[in-house]
Amino acid sequence: MSETVKHSLMFAFVGLLLILDGTTSYGIFSGSWNSSLGILNMGLVSAIMALGVNLQWGFAGLFNVGIMGFTALGGLAVVLVTSAPTPGAWSQGGVGIIMALILGALTVVAAVFVTKNMAAGKPRMLVLAGILIGGFFAYRAIFDPAVSGVEAINPALLGSLGGLGLPVLLAWPAGGLLAAGAAWLIGKTALGLRSDYLAIATLGIAEIIIAVLKNEDWLSRGVKNVVGLPRPMRKEIDLQEDPGFLDTVASLGLDPVTASTLYVKISYSLLFTAVLLVLLWMAQMALKSPWGRMMRAIRDNEAASEAMGKDVTRRHLQIFVLGSAICGIAGAMMTTLDGQLTPGTYNPLRFTFLIWVMVVVGGSGNNFGAVLGGIFIWFFWIKVEPMGAGLINIITSGMADDSALKLHLLESTAHMRLFTMGLILLLVLRFSPRGLIPEK
Amino acid sequence: MDLLNALVALTNYVMIPAVAYGSQLALGALGVTLIYGVLRFSNFAHGDTMAFGAMTTILVTWWMQSVGINLGPLPTALLALPFGILGTMGLLLFTDKFVYRFYREQKAKPVIFVMVSLGVMFMMNGLVRFIIGPGDQRFADGERFIISARDFKAMTGLREGLAFKTSQGITIITAVVVVVALFWFLNRTRTGKSMRAYSDNEDLALLSGINPERVVMYTWMIVAGLATIAGVLYGLDKSFKPFTYFQLLLPIFAAAIVGGLGNPLGAIAGGFVIAFSEVSITYAWKKVLRYLMPENLEPDGLVQLLSTDYKFAVSFMILLIVLLFKPTGLFKGKSV
Repeated sequence: MSETVKHSLMFAFVGLLLILDGTTSYGIFSGSWNSSLGILNMGLVSAIMALGVNLQWGFAGLFNVGIMGFTALGGLAVVLVTSAPTPGAWSQGGVGIIMALILGALTVVAAVFVTKNMAAGKPRMLVLAGILIGGFFAYRAIFDPAVSGVEAINPALLGSLGGLGLPVLLAWPAGGLLAAGAAWLIGKTALGLRSDYLAIATLGIAEIIIAVLKNEDWLSRGVKNVVGLPRPMRKEIDLQEDPGFLDTVASLGLDPVTASTLYVKISYSLLFTAVLLVLLWMAQMALKSPWGRMMRAIRDNEAASEAMGKDVTRRHLQIFVLGSAICGIAGAMMTTLDGQLTPGTYNPLRFTFLIWVMVVVGGSGNNFGAVLGGIFIWFFWIKVEPMGAGLINIITSGMADDSALKLHLLESTAHMRLFTMGLILLLVLRFSPRGLIPEK
Repeated sequence: MDLLNALVALTNYVMIPAVAYGSQLALGALGVTLIYGVLRFSNFAHGDTMAFGAMTTILVTWWMQSVGINLGPLPTALLALPFGILGTMGLLLFTDKFVYRFYREQKAKPVIFVMVSLGVMFMMNGLVRFIIGPGDQRFADGERFIISARDFKAMTGLREGLAFKTSQGITIITAVVVVVALFWFLNRTRTGKSMRAYSDNEDLALLSGINPERVVMYTWMIVAGLATIAGVLYGLDKSFKPFTYFQLLLPIFAAAIVGGLGNPLGAIAGGFVIAFSEVSITYAWKKVLRYLMPENLEPDGLVQLLSTDYKFAVSFMILLIVLLFKPTGLFKGKSV
């Protein structure tokens, strides 16, 4: 069996799992197309994230554990681009906030300028401290009243700056840009040092991005969440009232409610597949290009590449920014799919480490592997719970119904997920470190 | 009098909490730094190792409480601690034998070890949640305060109270004892010296007949002890919740790097640097300033530099500054 056939069969197998989930309700399968398409949609988003991480890890060997942060920034972009501007927010303090942020940025720039242009020593320390402390207090003096102005506007419903009211599809590239900006900042400081430092720095930036989203109400309403974000297609409710749609559904013999949800989900699947295919094509072209060969050469032997005149740190920065941008796009897509931004639900185990499992299982260094891993592991992540519940039921079938151990075990099945994912990661790293579809 | 009140408020809200938190971070960072020094990778599973150790201790504590064993005014958890340490040692030696040893023999790159530690982290996290659940657990008992705020006010007649919790006292004393014992072990005993030799120069250590597997085994055992003690102390002082322990990873790494990865002395210093900056930057200074400033100059706001929600940002900022200006840390750690 040739490699291509084998790999196509793997994709077919994942497709079969999804079809089975839609058609039969035997065992772990749900028998509902709604659930199956739901898994597929999140699987496609995960596949895009995995593609971004594969770019960083598979091509360049960069270890990014801040995927959650970049995804969340993508989600923020959706809010900032699509939601309607809050009436009066700009006059109440929006301008002040922007001015304060510019002032903050200028402070940092001034500090960097002083560091670069003054001779090291006591005077430099004093000037630097003066700039930073003065800048910080000036920033707070402008920022705080502006923020309370904005947050005072109808806090139960609005209380944030709102967005630009643009079409939602524009938010996806915007999410990529936002994530790229954050990645540039973090890459600039942590790249070029030991590899673990990037991991720790990205771990930190992700936590901070989530903290900002949770606490800066003027930006994203914080933990009050932003709901009802616009969608790129019509809503189920509108469809159910559209006579044309109802006629089509009736002629197909479907229930209008189910049909409308399926319509929305299938539209998302098609849209996401299109984005995935474009990104996959780009990643493949990049991998095969001289640039891709250079990246892999750097990954395999940094010293030799440096001797050949390659600027390793710059190339690393470049690919780190690109990969993070892809994660940002995926994050924006996910928020669009959910229709809401809920900063409280971002959890590093789910949004960072699960993506790593996808990349490693799929095959690091191979774009198709990342896509396969993304969809397959997402399916598995959803289905581990029913599997675990089944397993525990079998184990505990001999116990008395009221035994404390049995009740505890049944209650804890939800936590089997993390354990299983860790086990899969360890097993793949140990016995098949190149993954399902290895790098060529 | 005002000066005294200010001093008491400062001690109560900043100094004591920061010293206690700093000791907990220092113990955590010591574990990270030892693994880095001997096994040469950043162990992402450390936060969850602490959670596992604390969990084992909590389970034994609950059992002891149920059969009526206690330490009087001290928390029962201290009595349960050795069992927790033994359990964690068992777990870490088990993971080393079945997970890490393979990669050591392969001489895998450090980044592979880090990935593997991610897998271990996942499993430990799942295990802890599976056994004890994801919620908050309380297990502190015994006397709550060494000095309570009311007693202090009655004693001194000052307006500000000073509370010194038992858990804080225990944290500080235990940390000092553990650190002294650790340094004695590393500097005076044969095994400790061989650990340091192995960390400084692996090849030379092997040439002089040091058994690497023994060194690794002792390292894991010491790390298990440190992680469990840090986890239990943190849990006594605040509360035990698996996810909080995972989040502690960031300040702990920051502490280890700020001090210089691989340098035990640096880990302790780093722990206190991080803790003091975190507490003082997120503390609302209004109370202290009110006593110090003349009446007409009293601050209007809370004088809080950053809200407490951003305490991770503080450790991260310090981390970035150190990475930018002194990548090897304040004390010389392993080179880049």
